[in-house]
Amino acid sequence: MTLFLRRTFPLLLTFMLGVASAMQYYIPHPVSEQALTEISVWLRIILGFAMILGIASLCQVHYAKIRTRVAGWGYSLVVYLSMLVTVAVGFWAGGRESGTGLGWIYTYALLALQGTMFSMLGFFVASAAFRAFRARSKEATVLLVAAILMMFGRVPLGEYLVPASGPVAGWLLNVLNLAARRGIIIGISLGGIATSIKIIFGIERSYLGGRE
Amino acid sequence: MFTGHASRARTGIEADHHQCNCHCEHPEGAWQSHCGKVRLLRFTRNDNFVSVFHGSRFTVKLVLSLFLCALYPIPYTLAFSPPEQFEAFDMPGDGGGSIGLSWRSPPFDGPALRYQVFFAEQEGGPYTQLAEFPSNSHYKRDADRPWWNWELTRSAHFYQVKSTRTLSLVNGRPYFFKVALTDGTQRFEGPVRSAVPDPNLFNWNKANNFLLMIVFSILVLISISQAKRRPNIFLRRIPGLDAVEEAIGRATEMGRPILYLTGSDDMSSLSTIAATVILGQVAKRTAAFDTQLKVPHRDPIVMAVCQEIVKESYLEAGRPDAYREDSNFFITSDQFSYTAAVDGIMLRERPAANFFMGFYYAEALLLTETGAGTGAIQIAGTDADLQLPFFITTCDYTLIGEELYAASAYLSREPVLVGTLRGQDQGKAFLLISMVIGTLLATIGALSGSQAFVPVLQLFRDFK
Repeated sequence: MTLFLRRTFPLLLTFMLGVASAMQYYIPHPVSEQALTEISVWLRIILGFAMILGIASLCQVHYAKIRTRVAGWGYSLVVYLSMLVTVAVGFWAGGRESGTGLGWIYTYALLALQGTMFSMLGFFVASAAFRAFRARSKEATVLLVAAILMMFGRVPLGEYLVPASGPVAGWLLNVLNLAARRGIIIGISLGGIATSIKIIFGIERSYLGGRE
Repeated sequence: MFTGHASRARTGIEADHHQCNCHCEHPEGAWQSHCGKVRLLRFTRNDNFVSVFHGSRFTVKLVLSLFLCALYPIPYTLAFSPPEQFEAFDMPGDGGGSIGLSWRSPPFDGPALRYQVFFAEQEGGPYTQLAEFPSNSHYKRDADRPWWNWELTRSAHFYQVKSTRTLSLVNGRPYFFKVALTDGTQRFEGPVRSAVPDPNLFNWNKANNFLLMIVFSILVLISISQAKRRPNIFLRRIPGLDAVEEAIGRATEMGRPILYLTGSDDMSSLSTIAATVILGQVAKRTAAFDTQLKVPHRDPIVMAVCQEIVKESYLEAGRPDAYREDSNFFITSDQFSYTAAVDGIMLRERPAANFFMGFYYAEALLLTETGAGTGAIQIAGTDADLQLPFFITTCDYTLIGEELYAASAYLSREPVLVGTLRGQDQGKAFLLISMVIGTLLATIGALSGSQAFVPVLQLFRDFK
């Protein structure tokens, strides 16, 4: 019974749902659409319960850090404090956002911090580009030349100075780049189908845990 | 048929000679010019038709016109009839809520004539006009449908009526349609036809897709059975996977942890499954080397799966005592909060090796650039084609696209898993040959204007 529940039943479930999900793409009947919608609702419910597991894990990890006073335990304290304050304010506001403390925290703390993280991307692109575009090899030199042409072609001033850079950049993007990208996408699609077949037929089962 | 003789008795027609003088009277009653610059003047019942002929100017015009008409025969006429062979039918291969209308394409189709499509919920009406279009448009051939499920012809017109915000077609209920043809002055209605929209069980437009999927699946299964018989299949070197051992060894020597990320998608994503499978292989090695493994998560379900996988890997490696419950931990499901937390771990704990497997969004560069800054050896594997440049730029090794899926077979060397790679390669070879042949046929077709290759090319098209 244990083996059945641990191994056979999950594989059977995977097979049935895998085949049904694949066939759903070819069945336009509303029943098929409804089934998909229903499954996505189930997934959301499962995710809701799983979130309890996640929060428990978060609390456990940070509690252990505070208890053992490991380096940077103060950050764990910030996690606890900010979580508790947000939950308390959320309950106080009745879950409503507009014009409440919860809305204020969301707009002036969370969104601002998210924006800060996202805006750092610009600086990171610059530093990554600096490292990648150093002409240390033939390949890196090709990359450097392509990048310069692209920048000239995409910036109005560059195209004004070198009018040919616009069409050249377009050609690089729409021919060379797109061809390579499509090649990668074809590989990904075939790899995806092969992986799906492995999972549906129970050939790949390590995601269930390694024990046979 | 045309009833213009009666109406002609009360219709006066005057040609406007702007640039072209060649005009004539059509036998069935309409005037038409070669250049189309004809002005039609309508008269009421009480107008004196004869009074038009008064004056010498008109007589000169008429004589000249008749003379020119004799020299230049009329290329087309405005004689027209109501739509024939009109049919209303449930659209094939859909989820219902859609009706197709088709009728014969007559020889007098042209831009001057227009079709009007009407709809009613009762046979007796009231009818609502749904569309109006020139009669030389909306052919059956124009519909984006494959030849095996549709007649690609110009001998019939086609119009599809779909449910919209303003028009709701309920499945199982009859609806009534008629089509009228008009030239602006005359209008002829065809018969009323009804149809019932119904959902279908199979979308035959996607039959080619289904067939290719079946063929490819069979190819993979055959490859697996062959791999079981002949297990020694050559696998090309994947440097990124060869470096896994090196990265774990380096972390062990430095006494620092290994950071492993499973991507930003949930467990239903193939790349996440591939990432968890690779995690199992990595965990076996970290267990053997007694190196600390840290796996921060964005999704609690992925975390639960990974906990199980890592635990089993430690058991398989014979080091259950080395397994730590907190090696997999949840941070947050928010994208940039998670990124900030992982960046913090990288900067504070300085892992010796960072693994970025799975699907990533805008956070990819934020994570990998921070990792590169700490001097860690970085191995990435993703099928997010838009993030690949960032990984290639900032990581030491990158598994590109399908290599992520191949990693499990490559690391475990299990013949059954390796067999699927051969099936994949055969599928790729087939697609490559098809693309070359398809490109040639499409080019020849475009240059010669021939439609002969369309059926072959449609076999590889994705229809909705």
